[in-house]
Amino acid sequence: MSNVLHSPGVLEATNLHVRAGDHPAVRGVGVTFHAGQFTAIIGPNGAGKSTLLRALLGLTPIHIGSVHVDGVPLDRLGRASRSRDLAFLAQSEDLPGRASVRDVVALGRGTGMWRWGLIPTQPWTPADEDAVDTALERTDTRQFEHRRVDELSGGERQRVALARALVAGPRFLLLDEPTNHLDLAYALEVIRHLRCEVAGGLGVVAVLHDLNLAARADRIVLLHHGQVLAAGTPDDVLTPEHLHAAYGVSTRVLRDADRLLVIPED
Amino acid sequence: MAMSTPSPAPSSPAQTARPVRGWATRLPRALGLAALVAVAVILGTGLGSVTVPPGDVLAALWRGVSGQELAGSDVIVWQIRLPRVVMGLLVGAALSMSGGAFQGVFRNPLADPYLLGVASGSALGATVAIVLNWPRTLIPLAALVCALGAVALTLILAREGRRFPPTRLILSGVVIGSVLSAVSTALILRGQDRARLVLSYTLGDLGFSGWHDVATVLPYVAVGGGTLLLLSRALDTLQLGDLTARSLGVPVERLRLLVVVAASVATAGAVAYVGIIGFVGLIVPHIARLAFGAGHRTLLLTSAVLGGAGLVLADLLARTTVLSQVGIVTTLLGGPFFLWLLRRQRE
Repeated sequence: MSNVLHSPGVLEATNLHVRAGDHPAVRGVGVTFHAGQFTAIIGPNGAGKSTLLRALLGLTPIHIGSVHVDGVPLDRLGRASRSRDLAFLAQSEDLPGRASVRDVVALGRGTGMWRWGLIPTQPWTPADEDAVDTALERTDTRQFEHRRVDELSGGERQRVALARALVAGPRFLLLDEPTNHLDLAYALEVIRHLRCEVAGGLGVVAVLHDLNLAARADRIVLLHHGQVLAAGTPDDVLTPEHLHAAYGVSTRVLRDADRLLVIPED
Repeated sequence: MAMSTPSPAPSSPAQTARPVRGWATRLPRALGLAALVAVAVILGTGLGSVTVPPGDVLAALWRGVSGQELAGSDVIVWQIRLPRVVMGLLVGAALSMSGGAFQGVFRNPLADPYLLGVASGSALGATVAIVLNWPRTLIPLAALVCALGAVALTLILAREGRRFPPTRLILSGVVIGSVLSAVSTALILRGQDRARLVLSYTLGDLGFSGWHDVATVLPYVAVGGGTLLLLSRALDTLQLGDLTARSLGVPVERLRLLVVVAASVATAGAVAYVGIIGFVGLIVPHIARLAFGAGHRTLLLTSAVLGGAGLVLADLLARTTVLSQVGIVTTLLGGPFFLWLLRRQRE
């Protein structure tokens, strides 16, 4: 792989092999994600989407291959920079119900800088408070910052989780099915918030199930049996041939205005 | 970042890595808790077969602290009642903090300090010592060794490479607990004439506590509780789930192991000297959470205070009524109270 100079904000997997238990879940994936882009990872169940996401975050051991952030191998990045640069939003994130929205978002400042990641060594500064304010404002959650998390609706809660993920000022945000359990309106709202962040320079990598939501991404990576079946713009990837190869389902792909529409045929 | 919002500058000085809170809400709560402890101490030292009025209790405390000669009822206060009260504070604090930490680290509101076999280990140690007629001073030591041994055994059983998965920890704790209880029961049946003593130990009793016992328990509670307090903010982050916590930089496996060991050390030290006192470690953290919020630093601190004061009052009830042992009081009152709490929470 060529190490391009002046490539700020590149998250790159090279010949990545990852096991989930004894099963090889990711088998030789090479992909590059750029800051300022929205990349959707799609593929059928068991294609290795979540495993790939975890490997990119350093949350699961890599069997063969490597992950680089701006040319620095993930394991040499150190806990502090890794937890700051790469943010993760889990599938239906657990939020402590009795805590206030503001306190939950503050947890996102992370423990990477602490001693052993366990014991706080830095004081909580006004700069941290400002970061929390900014994250709350950017996700439209500031108006209920003092409410308890378990009083919120599913969509509001997901926005709080998003604020929690953004508050450390990451360069890449990796999301595992962020629109799961959300109705159409909330799902679109989350995508809209993500789009805003991408416009501000954040690199977003989201595992998505809904192909019509994925069609709104800048780039799509289609996984099948742990390998990249296709990668590129939605036009490149969302073709009836690719979708049939991955999902075994016949589809029609229509273009409505500037957006692709995937319609399954039975 | 593009946005620069003028945020209100926090009024209080920056503190160690946690959101800044006003003293306006904290001070009254702190005063209330201090008052509760003061009442528990004064009642606990004053009431009994000989009643010492609150004024005399305070005077006796002052004479003792300032090094004056003790007179009259001062001896009762200093040599009999006060060690027992201080032991109650320590044990209540240890059990409640450990319970709160266990509930946090397993993210399970039903976790209690005896989850990993501390209680049955402790009971086995005491049973062996009592049945074999060892000197009384060896009973706590045997209990302590067996309690820590039981936790170690649970950890070994639950280990999966370098990980300690929560479900395996809980199940291993249940298994170790049952097996050790069976061994204790077998021993009791062999040495029947000592059965009453063993039973008395397993029900929990603060009655034997002297200053020496207090001094022996203190390090366990201080080290265990102190460690838990240091880890409280990491415990907060863990509530977001294992994966998210790891993505934020928390070494989750190390945290879980440290919390489990620290809580077990505090519990084992406390239980070894006073026997197995039930329900305190389960209920007090729930009360603290309802009253003071969910952050672990606050939760652990307020649990320690509430648990300490609560156990002193429960012991007072035990020695002035027919209930006779503090463990009976906590279980008898704790059970129904816990059910009430559960029903209330659902509404």
